[in-house]
Amino acid sequence: MIDHYTESILIFTCINIVLAISLYLPVSAGLLSLGQGGFMAIGAYLSAYMTTNYGWPFEVALVAGGLAAGFIGLIVGIPALRIKGVYLIIMTMGFGEIVRVFFLNFEPTGSASGLGGIPHYTTLPVAAFVAALFLFLCFQIRGSRIGRAIQAVREDELAAEVVGINLTRIKVGVFGLGAFTAGVGGGLYAHYAMFIEPAQFGFHRSAEIFIMVVLGGMGNFLGATLGAIAVTVLPELLRGLQEWRMTFFGTLLVIMMIVRPWGLIGAQR
Amino acid sequence: MLMQQILNGVMLGSTYALIALGYTLVFGVLHLVHLAHGEVFMIGAFVGLQVVLWSGGGSLLAIVAASVAAAVIGMLIYLLTIRPILARKGHFLAPMISTIGIGIVLQEVATRTFGAEQVGFPNRLEATAWHIGPVTVTSVQLIILSVSLGLMAALHIFVTRSRMGMAMRAAAESSVISHTLGIRTDRIILLTFAIASALGGAAGVLVGLSFNAITPYMGVDMGIKGLAAMLLGGLGNIYGAMIGGMVIGVVEVISVAYLASSYRDAFAFIVIIAVLAIRPRGIFGSTHHVEG
Repeated sequence: MIDHYTESILIFTCINIVLAISLYLPVSAGLLSLGQGGFMAIGAYLSAYMTTNYGWPFEVALVAGGLAAGFIGLIVGIPALRIKGVYLIIMTMGFGEIVRVFFLNFEPTGSASGLGGIPHYTTLPVAAFVAALFLFLCFQIRGSRIGRAIQAVREDELAAEVVGINLTRIKVGVFGLGAFTAGVGGGLYAHYAMFIEPAQFGFHRSAEIFIMVVLGGMGNFLGATLGAIAVTVLPELLRGLQEWRMTFFGTLLVIMMIVRPWGLIGAQR
Repeated sequence: MLMQQILNGVMLGSTYALIALGYTLVFGVLHLVHLAHGEVFMIGAFVGLQVVLWSGGGSLLAIVAASVAAAVIGMLIYLLTIRPILARKGHFLAPMISTIGIGIVLQEVATRTFGAEQVGFPNRLEATAWHIGPVTVTSVQLIILSVSLGLMAALHIFVTRSRMGMAMRAAAESSVISHTLGIRTDRIILLTFAIASALGGAAGVLVGLSFNAITPYMGVDMGIKGLAAMLLGGLGNIYGAMIGGMVIGVVEVISVAYLASSYRDAFAFIVIIAVLAIRPRGIFGSTHHVEG
């Protein structure tokens, strides 16, 4: 039907869509995070450890990884209430780094040498199903009361609070939901790569997720999806770019910020 | 033992302080977190190393060369990736996102040019160690300490005594008013980038000397610590950054000595998160830079 190469690109596209949504969710409430790689690592390591060592079913492990990341996300999200803008970005960067250092030293998951022998559970239908599920969730949120509340918080926190929106619940909730999504994305990734090590979840990963959302447009989940597709597919289309793919995306990011700072899709605000 | 640890911490902290000064100077004039500054620092370290290898000169030559190279790169970053965005008045985070992009580019270029392997400075600088009571000081440590303290003192004199330095502080206070008073804000910003990056480049060589290992990836690690130091001291506060750097250096070294060595890189951030939770503006921070 489709060859192995196309399949791998499609699977990575689906995983990246999940990861892009994981950042889109907090961004939609005005919370920028450069630490999604950390949440991803938590989900990846926990789910991989459970399936590899205890033979947990994939779905259960995936959800467990997501929940663990989400729970940590809620804890990290609480100080996020008091800080914003650059402070939040630096804090999430620091968080991502703490998670990486933790797994670099955590013996049960193989510390620096990584965790291998993970069963290959992430097939294309599974990845596509999960990505579709999260897209559906975003779609549902957007039209709902909560979605409008999130938008209000992003546009003007004070005004949102005045009309009776519970800032704490919205901000912490959406941050935790983003972390949950990143954890699930990490689980999918681990069961496709079959080998994970802390370096895969460092600042680079967080920056890549950030690029997807920024390229696509920060105010729109379809933008995030488009960004994820672009980041995955473009280097494959432009052969010879493989070597320099991060340079390409870095330059693209700069050019986008100069020419079209609101992203590919999305309204100028 | 404790004295030795504190000395080591101050030495490490003084290099963090130099990096943090770069962040804080740029933040002062532009309210921008310059996320490529760690990469500028890394390039400085590599340039310093190449100059030493080619010319066989000493560490001072390396520091000068690294500072000059870093200053040029810093100014180019401003001119090519930040000024066009500021001119268009985009989203307030757009310039910062742009610096993430250029940081990624610099890191990959360095990886391709210098290789991903970790390299060290030639050891002809090692040599002597002095024992003063319970403390041991090596000549490398002395170089690091004196160069970084010297640079900090020079910066202090520059911003308080010289016309340019005062113009810089005025621009940091309010770019609009300083502009109406006849200060060429654009030039001052460019100058700020040059100074900030030169300090970063010098710090690159100093870190290379103290760890004897430089890699293209160290920009991210050290950059985050510099950011942490700036945050601790309060954004845009020059003296806060100096003290913040020292605090982080001492905390890190002491945590390695008395707690768990393998988690050394995490301690700095635990300090940061604690500071953010208790005093989000940093120790010396004022409230008027908050929105960033």
